[in-house]
Amino acid sequence: MALADHLPSSRVTRARRLHVWLACAVGVVGLFSLTVGATDVSLGPALLKLAKGEALTRMEAIVLWDIRAPRLVLGLLVGAALAVGGTVMQGLFRNPLADPGLVGVNAGAGLGAISAIVLAALAPAWLALAVGDQLVPVAAFFGGWASTLLLYRVSTRRGRTSVATMLLAGIALGALAGALSGILVYISDDRQLRDLTFWGLGSLGGASWAKVVAAGPIILISVLVACTLGRGLNGLALGEATAAHIGLNVQWVKNLAILTVAAATGAAVAVSGGIGFIGIVVPHLLRLGSGPDHRPLLINAALLGALLLVLADVITRVIIAPAELPIGIVTAVLGAPVFLWILLRQRGMVDL
Amino acid sequence: MMHRRAFVGFALAFAVPRNVLWAATGAQDVIAIGGDVTEIVYALGQGHRLLARDATSTYPAEARSLPDVGYMRRLSAEGVLSFAPSLIVSAEGAGPPEVIDILRAADVQFAEVPEGYDIDAIVQKVKSVGAALDVPDKAETLARDTRTAMDAVLARTAQSNPSPKRVMFILSTQGGRILASGTGTGADGIIGMAGGINAISEFEGYKPLSDEAVSAAAPDIILMMDRSGDHAATDDELFGLPALSVTPAAQNRDVVRMDGLFLLGFGPRTADAVAALNRALYPA
Repeated sequence: MALADHLPSSRVTRARRLHVWLACAVGVVGLFSLTVGATDVSLGPALLKLAKGEALTRMEAIVLWDIRAPRLVLGLLVGAALAVGGTVMQGLFRNPLADPGLVGVNAGAGLGAISAIVLAALAPAWLALAVGDQLVPVAAFFGGWASTLLLYRVSTRRGRTSVATMLLAGIALGALAGALSGILVYISDDRQLRDLTFWGLGSLGGASWAKVVAAGPIILISVLVACTLGRGLNGLALGEATAAHIGLNVQWVKNLAILTVAAATGAAVAVSGGIGFIGIVVPHLLRLGSGPDHRPLLINAALLGALLLVLADVITRVIIAPAELPIGIVTAVLGAPVFLWILLRQRGMVDL
Repeated sequence: MMHRRAFVGFALAFAVPRNVLWAATGAQDVIAIGGDVTEIVYALGQGHRLLARDATSTYPAEARSLPDVGYMRRLSAEGVLSFAPSLIVSAEGAGPPEVIDILRAADVQFAEVPEGYDIDAIVQKVKSVGAALDVPDKAETLARDTRTAMDAVLARTAQSNPSPKRVMFILSTQGGRILASGTGTGADGIIGMAGGINAISEFEGYKPLSDEAVSAAAPDIILMMDRSGDHAATDDELFGLPALSVTPAAQNRDVVRMDGLFLLGFGPRTADAVAALNRALYPA
């Protein structure tokens, strides 16, 4: 396309080059996260042992394979899901404040989780049998989905989804979910109260292969599909009417955007609790650095989101070891000042 | 390792009664979770076997110098494993469940101590901890002593007062909202034991009270935890609250502050706590 030649090419190539750098960084941080932790088990010596054909000790096997590895995989998936979800939402709503929560996922998932924590004793026996001790993530996932579908139905008339209605209805729905959560908070005892406070701050602490298997495919598929939305979101940036005139199936882009974000963040929130900040900040960081073209942006967002979340998880594990900090605290405490600094340094680029 | 497991098997087969759900071990490497559990471990003279404790284990003073593995419902699998414990003695409800599964897979024995707010519950706690630590004789002695002490103090508190006082346990007064204890809590249990009457009997657990409900409850005395932060409301602030200012407690400026773990721990020190609270309620 001729237009591309007139764009400042440095930004596009920079964005493309960023793929490689970020992918390398994700690899390095991933290995790092397998290496450090509260125990002195380390990846290097364990691999050396395996290479020599020696068996790992029970401790090494459990720490590396059952604790750190599922945490790493889950961290990568959740980070990518939140960051891509944020990018898609900001593109869809053409609003720099948009985050994955706008499709109602967080409010619904929060309500689901709180219900599961407070009302677990009232759950029917067959349900308890089916989901075991995973009632909270399951309830959060379905809560998130239910509220997204409801929001989608409310804001879709005659096959057209109104983004503005969705934004406003989302606020109303969020308030309603908040009120219902408030009722449950009121009847909860102080232990449940503590549980749900911690849930809201998020953690990868309960990571297990079972969770990776349950949430992984949903997140992976929806993130991959969302990464193909770049052209559509670029078109939407011109406004819905113009996007339709240049031959874009606007409704299709909207449907795909809403459904993939709901699936990816719904599954992410279900396994990790509420992790703020990644979804809203990662796209901005990348846009400031490498421009607003959604095609490379989505891929970079997936990589940077994964990178930051795994890094934050490493910090939560070691900073007050042997105890552990909720990850939402780390992402906000470290992310907010960095974001502010970048924002103020590039004051000329405030029009995001 | 094999020797120890063989020993555990042996102990299971012969030494431990069948109704004990976990394996008793002579393990030297134990982590205690829960303030009351840690207290009992030390009272049994087994404090030297502890490697670490949780955030609520603040008594005795030696316990504070042990590493802290965090909040009991949010344990970190790797953090706990970094001590290579062979036994965790925990109060009811440690978690999250995935972490407990991993610890079990790593050959860590897990003994859960039941909770409760009466004499039988305390005795059962002592016996459970003793069984888990494989010191049943010491546990039996401590349980007997605890029961004797409790019976003695309860006999005293039951007859000391012709007109029992109405006590309101206030957990916090943050933002002027009074969070008080209803029935079915540790606070309710200890108030009853000390010869008082819980001024709030309309609901279970800890709930925020409306101002009128506080006035209507008309407590003769306020019981609070002696802690820093929002719990350390001064008497002036406390009785300055409109809801409280019309109660008999405010007119006499009657407030008792006691250490939370001492008051609500329901462990070996509870007999002392009951006696102390009783003295505070009914000064001679």
